[in-house]
Amino acid sequence: MIRVQQADFVVADEYHHLQQSGIAGAIVTFSGLVRDFTGDTGESFFLQHYPGMTESVLNKIVSQAESRWPLLAVTVIHRVGHLQAGDQIVFVGVSSAHRKTAFAACEYIIDVLKTEAPFWKKEGSRWVAAKQSDQAAADRWLTADDS
Amino acid sequence: MSNTNAITILYFASLGDALGVTEEHFSQASLPADVASLRAQLAARDTQWAAALSATNLRCAVNQSLAKPEHPLCWGDEVAFFPPVTGG
Repeated sequence: MIRVQQADFVVADEYHHLQQSGIAGAIVTFSGLVRDFTGDTGESFFLQHYPGMTESVLNKIVSQAESRWPLLAVTVIHRVGHLQAGDQIVFVGVSSAHRKTAFAACEYIIDVLKTEAPFWKKEGSRWVAAKQSDQAAADRWLTADDS
Repeated sequence: MSNTNAITILYFASLGDALGVTEEHFSQASLPADVASLRAQLAARDTQWAAALSATNLRCAVNQSLAKPEHPLCWGDEVAFFPPVTGG
């Protein structure tokens, strides 16, 4: 399930949903939070996206994960719009029969999302530049033998 | 694919700010052959456009799929230019 929304999410509800989706041996969830980027609470944080393309890219990333590992259910939620430091911004949850599969798929999805899904962060008046370390994390999945 | 002689162009994040435009309907007598040709025509507008579009890490999507410079264009296409993404 893919959701792009302004509203916050409740991890316990998402966990429950994953738990209901089948007899899983493992559920791994990742929550990304807005870092305290300035220490100045007056500064705003804005998340822009490309409506339409965002959803199709997220669906493609989840499909790639599902073809790579046997997964029972996947949830990806990404918030957009105005957020505050400390707010939840992204959620990835994966249920699978085995923990290694669930850990790997969850990490794959967030790593690839960071470099392929059309979202852009703006801290105050400054757009955040892409990090080479994020690209390296995504590239790792193209070459690593992680089976 | 539309018959109208226009291409919708979207500019995201820092690129939209630099250009002061987030969306336009690009219309010319002749269709730009590909993404590279469209980008060159936009860059030729003035120094501000030339500077903003000269970024080597700029990415392009045609009809919401990432596209290379040689990707051919049709009237009615939606073309988006944007800097590398920073979500999550």
